[in-house]
Amino acid sequence: MLLRRGEFHTFEADGARHVYLVPSAAVFRLDDPSIAVLDALGTDDLSPQALTDRLVGRFSELEVQETVQELIGAQAIRSLAAPPPVRPTTDTPRRRIPLTTLVMNVTSKCNLSCKYCYEYGEDKIVEAKTKPRYMSEETARQSVDFMFAEAGASPHVHLTFFGGETLLNFKVLQSSMAYAKQRAAETGKTVDASLTTNATLLRDEIIDWMIENDIGVTVSIDGAREQQDMNRVFSNGMGSYDSVIPRVKELLRRHRRRPIGARVTLTRDNLEVTQIYQHLKHEIGFFEVGFAPVTTKWQRDYAIPDEGFEYMLGQFQRLAQDYLETSLQGKHHGFSNVPDTLEDIQKGFSKAYPCGAGLGLLGVATDGDVGLCHRFAGSDEHKLGTVQGGIDHSRQDDYLRRHHIDNKTDCRTCWARSLCAGGCYHEAHTRYGSTEQPNLHYCDWIRRWSATCLEVYATLAARRPEYLRQFDA
Amino acid sequence: MRHLKAINRKARTIDQLNTPATPDVHDQPDVVALQGNSGPRVPDGPHVPLGCSFVFAPGWEVDSSGSTAGLCQPVERDLYDCYVTCFWPIHVPDLLNHAPDWTNKCAAAQQDWRKIDLIFP
Repeated sequence: MLLRRGEFHTFEADGARHVYLVPSAAVFRLDDPSIAVLDALGTDDLSPQALTDRLVGRFSELEVQETVQELIGAQAIRSLAAPPPVRPTTDTPRRRIPLTTLVMNVTSKCNLSCKYCYEYGEDKIVEAKTKPRYMSEETARQSVDFMFAEAGASPHVHLTFFGGETLLNFKVLQSSMAYAKQRAAETGKTVDASLTTNATLLRDEIIDWMIENDIGVTVSIDGAREQQDMNRVFSNGMGSYDSVIPRVKELLRRHRRRPIGARVTLTRDNLEVTQIYQHLKHEIGFFEVGFAPVTTKWQRDYAIPDEGFEYMLGQFQRLAQDYLETSLQGKHHGFSNVPDTLEDIQKGFSKAYPCGAGLGLLGVATDGDVGLCHRFAGSDEHKLGTVQGGIDHSRQDDYLRRHHIDNKTDCRTCWARSLCAGGCYHEAHTRYGSTEQPNLHYCDWIRRWSATCLEVYATLAARRPEYLRQFDA
Repeated sequence: MRHLKAINRKARTIDQLNTPATPDVHDQPDVVALQGNSGPRVPDGPHVPLGCSFVFAPGWEVDSSGSTAGLCQPVERDLYDCYVTCFWPIHVPDLLNHAPDWTNKCAAAQQDWRKIDLIFP
């Protein structure tokens, strides 16, 4: 019998060595014998006796054997005599996953002309002119009916309003929310809703409606004036910062029922993450701030080059350290990229798909066409059905089969695949022309960011375990 | 586990799977086929599948190193598997004289066991 190293990533946290195992996504803290056994085995294939010989004088034979058995049990080591580990299958899930989130693109129109926009910019995949610019009240009603029909036994459903600029179709927001509440009461389910907006059209009446309906709000905003006005401009080229900030402050002052977040798009010339965070969290007062690199072909002048990703990682790591120190003191920190990953780690998610698109989440275009998510809604190539006619389950199953992590050959040897699963379909489609491609341009970035989040996680687990309970729900 | 400390939820699940549970007459799986409906149930002991050739026990498809080169002769397997795992005694060809190539296509028994074919004298 020969022993071989299993698949894992090791990292230091709280002064101790840990392993993150792949594909189980389990996190273990190692003691001295287990560190010694893994180090002694290295990348060799050794018999138990040869392994014991390498550790002679340091640990007793019995202790080594016991440690090896535990490491085999956790699949950090595998015995070559045992059957090879079972790979996840590319079969579609045996039981259909109920729809829990429906993203309704209530309009494809926008009053801003952000330079990097994936909906209107150079990389757009939906030809907005061929579709209605606004979702009608009837289509919105049908979307709500569709959501409740596809939710199956799920006791809770979630609506996300999206655009274009969502608030340009406030009338439909009001009517569909009212109808969704009525349907929830009739079916015994609960419903909640959120929306994303550029905040330029916020007014008292809309804020009243948000408070009344407990609407979660995410504001797309890129930072201080200099950063916001670089890309987020009106069609005449004028920056939107001065228009947005008073309205956001009013929203934050009045709407206290749900935490309000900022969503920042990072570009080549806008990578000062810590500075942006400081402004939006502490000077403006957002509850949390999330960051995402712009989705684009690499040739665009706002695309982040390799050295930009490197810089961005340094910024993320600094802010993650800040998050850790604040959380250890039992205080809230608003860097929302970290807790998203901490939750995945806490639950031990081993992802077969990068996100819920096409599974528990679908997007609806203004005409009622159903797509993978809001970014694909309206693209005929990625259509999965209509709210009037239902989901085409054979297309959905085919899509799930093709996008399973096991079909992404490039990901097979990556330890971060359980957390990443190849990354955003829309990013891949924009970058490589295919949703099936893993996003190879940020692999190294994802691995190092995942490593940082694992360190934060394990440090919290050791020093303030009660903090992690919020991720159990 | 003594050497690995489970940190996240998945690790705790693995930990539980690897920790032998305390035997419970009602909860533990048991071989009941030979026990009939009356009489006391046997609380302890391993759960052993009945007469299953998919158990890669030494002496059957694989030898102690995981390959097929050192498979036992019938008389030996009768001693082990007949009384522990309830296998029928299995006749294998005479690998020294009559069928030296019998396991040539079976480098790794876990994957290739179907390639071990029947042999007729």
